[in-house]
Amino acid sequence: MSYEERGTWVYLVVSAGVYAVYVTVMLARAADPITATAYQVPLLWSIGVAIVAAIVVRIVVEIGAGVARGVGDEVGREVGSRTGARVERRVADPFRADARDREIDRLGTLRTWMVLVAAALVALVMALAEWPHFWIANVIYLGFVAQAISSATVKLVAYRRGL
Amino acid sequence: MVKPTRVTNRIRALRFEHDELTQAQLADALGVTRQTVIAIEQGRYSPSLEMAFQIARVFGVGLDDVFQYPQEES
Repeated sequence: MSYEERGTWVYLVVSAGVYAVYVTVMLARAADPITATAYQVPLLWSIGVAIVAAIVVRIVVEIGAGVARGVGDEVGREVGSRTGARVERRVADPFRADARDREIDRLGTLRTWMVLVAAALVALVMALAEWPHFWIANVIYLGFVAQAISSATVKLVAYRRGL
Repeated sequence: MVKPTRVTNRIRALRFEHDELTQAQLADALGVTRQTVIAIEQGRYSPSLEMAFQIARVFGVGLDDVFQYPQEES
């Protein structure tokens, strides 16, 4: 698995996981009516936690991947050859995006940007109709999460099945 | 699995003809990840024209010797 694909997995898991926790917290704190629920602090916390968790989990995953691969080791793997066995040095994959990663990233964004636009349009209509801030903020937040999850899914399918 | 491209290639055969060049070594020469080389070899990713020329140059052959495209059935 390449560096960028691992990053996409982390993005997917963190986005979905943090949103699931946010929904759970909101349901636990739900007031009557639900629009009276104090959503602001949990929402801001979940955005902050998602950013920090994405960075921390990414670092942990990369350390784990490096350990599993034995980065920097002169592995000395024998490679059969007609001209006799030779020693191959196992090299780590570069920690950067290549042309395929960039194409996959573009594909993920292009195919899912309408999710964000749809959420923005729904929020706009709700604002014009003077819906409670609770719903507007949550629709916008759901739009961000839905776009993150859908784009990561599209990218992972492209990584696995091809472009 | 349905391959997303009709382009086929002989990269695997060419690697073995060139002193069993590994996917990692080819990736290093091209400046891409080993996963990208694997995806190209398996027909899951069509490289750009520029990368296709770079691959052909690594093996010292022409583009047609690396990549093939089937004739349209009429």
